Amino acid sequence: MPAVKGDGMRGLAVFISDIRNCKSKEAELKRINKELANIRSKFKGDKTLDGYQKKKYVCKLLFIFLLGNDIDFGHMEAVNLLSSNKYTEKQIGYLFISVLIEANSDLMKLIVQAIRNDLTSRNPVHVNLALQCISNIGSRDMAEAFCTDLPKLLVSGDTIDFVKQSAALCMLKLFRTAPDIFQPGDYASRIVHLLNDSHMGVVTSAASLIEALSKKWPEEYKGSVPLAISRLSRIITATYTDLQDYTYYFVPAPWLCTKLLRLLQNYPPPDDPSNKARLLECLEGILNKAQDAPKSKKVQHSNAKNAVLFEAIALIIHMDSEPNLLVRACNQLGTFLSHRETNLRYLALESMCLLATSEFSHDAVKKHQETIINSLKTERDVSVRQRAVDLLYAMCDRSNANEIVAEMLAYLETADYSIREEMVLKVAILAEKYATDYTWYVDVILKLIRIAGDYVSEEVWYRVIQIVVNREDVQGYAAKTVFEALQRPACHENMVKVGGYILGEFGNLIAGDQRSSPQIQFELLHSKFHLCSIGTRCLLLTTYIKFCNLFPEIKNNIQQRAVEYLQMSKVASPDVLATILEEMPPFAEKESSLLAKLKKSKPQTEETENVEKEKKARPQAVMSQDAGSSSLVDLDSSAEVSSLADIFGQPAGVPSANTSTISNGDEVNIANLADYLKFVCKNNGVLYEDDIVQIGCKLEARTNLARLGMFYGNKTPHIFTDFNPIVTCPGSLAVQLQAQAKPVEPQVGAGTQVQQLINFVCVQEFHKLPIVNIKFRYTDRTGSSQNFDKNFYLPLFVSKFFEPTEMASEQFFTRWKALGQPSQECQKIFPAKYPMENAVVAPKLAGIGAKLLSDVDPNPENYVCAGIINTQTQQIGTLIRLEPNKHAKMYRLTVRSSKDTVVKHLVEILADQF
Amino acid sequence: MMQYMLLFSRQGKLRLQKWYTAFSDKQKKKICRELITQILARKPKMCAFLEYKDTKVVYKRYASLYFCCAVEENDNELITLEVIHRYVELLDKYFGSVCELDIIFNFEKAYFILDEFLLAGEIQETSKKQVLKAIAAQDLIQEEETPQGFFEDHGLG
Repeated sequence: MPAVKGDGMRGLAVFISDIRNCKSKEAELKRINKELANIRSKFKGDKTLDGYQKKKYVCKLLFIFLLGNDIDFGHMEAVNLLSSNKYTEKQIGYLFISVLIEANSDLMKLIVQAIRNDLTSRNPVHVNLALQCISNIGSRDMAEAFCTDLPKLLVSGDTIDFVKQSAALCMLKLFRTAPDIFQPGDYASRIVHLLNDSHMGVVTSAASLIEALSKKWPEEYKGSVPLAISRLSRIITATYTDLQDYTYYFVPAPWLCTKLLRLLQNYPPPDDPSNKARLLECLEGILNKAQDAPKSKKVQHSNAKNAVLFEAIALIIHMDSEPNLLVRACNQLGTFLSHRETNLRYLALESMCLLATSEFSHDAVKKHQETIINSLKTERDVSVRQRAVDLLYAMCDRSNANEIVAEMLAYLETADYSIREEMVLKVAILAEKYATDYTWYVDVILKLIRIAGDYVSEEVWYRVIQIVVNREDVQGYAAKTVFEALQRPACHENMVKVGGYILGEFGNLIAGDQRSSPQIQFELLHSKFHLCSIGTRCLLLTTYIKFCNLFPEIKNNIQQRAVEYLQMSKVASPDVLATILEEMPPFAEKESSLLAKLKKSKPQTEETENVEKEKKARPQAVMSQDAGSSSLVDLDSSAEVSSLADIFGQPAGVPSANTSTISNGDEVNIANLADYLKFVCKNNGVLYEDDIVQIGCKLEARTNLARLGMFYGNKTPHIFTDFNPIVTCPGSLAVQLQAQAKPVEPQVGAGTQVQQLINFVCVQEFHKLPIVNIKFRYTDRTGSSQNFDKNFYLPLFVSKFFEPTEMASEQFFTRWKALGQPSQECQKIFPAKYPMENAVVAPKLAGIGAKLLSDVDPNPENYVCAGIINTQTQQIGTLIRLEPNKHAKMYRLTVRSSKDTVVKHLVEILADQF
Repeated sequence: MMQYMLLFSRQGKLRLQKWYTAFSDKQKKKICRELITQILARKPKMCAFLEYKDTKVVYKRYASLYFCCAVEENDNELITLEVIHRYVELLDKYFGSVCELDIIFNFEKAYFILDEFLLAGEIQETSKKQVLKAIAAQDLIQEEETPQGFFEDHGLG
């Protein structure tokens, strides 16, 4: 047993020894349970337990907890320790509470009271314990309790240094928990002046606090700029002996330096000439020192020195106004690119990414292109290679795009799986952005599909089609190239998709060549048909029908194979067919969906991109003239944008069927438009999720009443404020469906979840959906406050008021016949989107709410359901029949009901589910 | 700002955990599990930084112990490495060439030292002297306050 420091609680040391001597997990558990029983009985029985013993047992409990076991008692005893007048007992009490008490504990009131007592204690070490406890827990309750006392304590002349240090960081913690509680103006100037304090520890703590406060209230805290500059200047010009113990391995106050440099990044470069000159002097000084011979061989020396250097470079990049410094920074980083320390190479690549986006240093970065490409090829650590990819992406422009894209494509062949998808996106974006010659672009994308087909997302291949459709000059080349690519023996399914689409549209442009005659094109595509998924087969079928129009001479051939389309091509006159299958109209010009996707996966890149656009309008994506509208496949955008996702070719301008009656007349943007239909067959799930918030819902319905539990989860480390969800039933829905939402607290704590119940009464049948508008303010990763404001469809389909009805075959068909009027029936034939097995279909049908009946339909393959939709005014009997045609991979769905609006609506929402 | 600091052994045993951001117990366990596996799998020459969720994780190995800190996107990686080193120096100075066992048996001290050094995920006092002074003062109070009971001395408590 090693020496125990201080008094040592021997009983604790013995217990820890016992645990360590346990030979097995079981033995350990047994020993722990024995100890827990012992402690429990001590706490229960022995009223005479003194403070020392209480402390020891609480400490044992803490140890047991830290071993990974649950502790469900002892909290009260720990709280008792807080009011002990012995420091060591208090200290253990506070430690237990800091580690084990949840912010919403029942004991919080008692704890806050104990803290309050210690804060006003005349003994500074007690005050410090209280401050440390607040900093460790930092709940909202505490913020409310101490938001006025803390700043006072911090700026008071009577407060001793080490208490000031704790008070500054304690206030910082509470400010982060509840920024809304603090007032900007109070004490601002006195807090700012802590930067002048003679005690370096106080300055260091205060710098962290001011850095955070100045982000929220830049105006109130702008006085910190000159003070930070002068402090910085004094440190940088100091010799390493000046600062005594605040010098770290011959580097004067590296922590404080980085903090001050970070603080200055919250502000634009100073206007005042003398301040500015002094700051530039500091930055130059730091760059100069980087070139000095090291004062020590220890890695701590170089780390501390370079930590300051990188922070200074970050500030230089932030200022983006000193070409000379930017170029010097770039040269310095260049020397790190081939440094033997992996850490430095990693950071240099990362930092250069930002330099590449500045007009002043972009060219300086390009000088290192060869080294960077070399890193991509030779680095052994994938995270470093990843940085190299990022940098190549950032430094790419028209002059080097060919080379960089070629290198990235070459690397892609051997790249780690973890970064392939992102690389594919990057290559696709660069190829599009810097294409002067679109044949090059087409070549790059097809090569991308060839070498990394699995990682080519839909967005990428949609995009190449979009560009080819919009650019007449490249259509013939694209058709020829894709035709050649398809001739290779192994060919990725994504290539078949692109090939199918492009040949369907522009196959005629190469049909003159005997080697790619219509017949050969068709046979080539069809040779892939049996290897492809259903989605691709559907696309190929569409291509075939397009061929019927493009190449009447092979129509007969196709008719033999494509049964469904044969029907269509027979029924429709050539004129109609020509109209339906007219060459696709150009896509609306808009922002590349690829950028949108990359932004989604890498929020950091987004900032860079934006900065880039604003600052210097370097060549932009050719397609991105209208950045306002959104992506090609983003169904949220608006029904007017023709979507390639619906490859069956509804003419542009017609809203897609599955949203027509629901979304008509709703003026608002619905954020879950793309997937709200998933709730037709289920009652629980995630309604929406992004980096900030997760919204889940859980629905229960009985007769004409429904209760929807909404769960709003805050995924950020900061609180949501002004949180306000509002439920509306737009238009006619207001009279058909009554909604009543329970009020919720206007705040959602960091990492917590808030629940809201919404009650609904179905008054009469309806076919629109209620909408919830969710608004709140949140703090983004840069610390600035943002608004969230989105609308969502609530999954309250009329089918949720189904009551299942059991019935026998005879009864079913009697009713079926009774509902024989044309208005009472609606039917739709549609292709299967999902596997047609019973195990997939039956649960979905059962999930709708009506009764899935067995042994009713004479054809055992068919599914029938019966149910009553309960409204306040009447009951609506409804029957559903789903007939699969496995051979053709199609379904026929029939709904009969006494209400015509119900049948149409049900068919519409159900047709999307199978 | 530092979000959390973890100390774990080469065998993957967690020896100390300090959380500066609120996480649920479930999240904490998941983070520990994932990071320990990920870091133990890394080779010695690899870079000491990795991206994990939306944080940067900085780690360094000292003998049998790994020290690992998660900091935010715009925090300085190199200075975080030196935060780790300074903490190791403090432990070393206090325990007199610290080893894993010291931290196991005196885990509460390891926490107290950390609280004097870092608070709210930010550095509070960078001077080794000052931190050790504060801890020495604590020990002094402890000695004055502690009654040495008979049973306790024999480890029977």
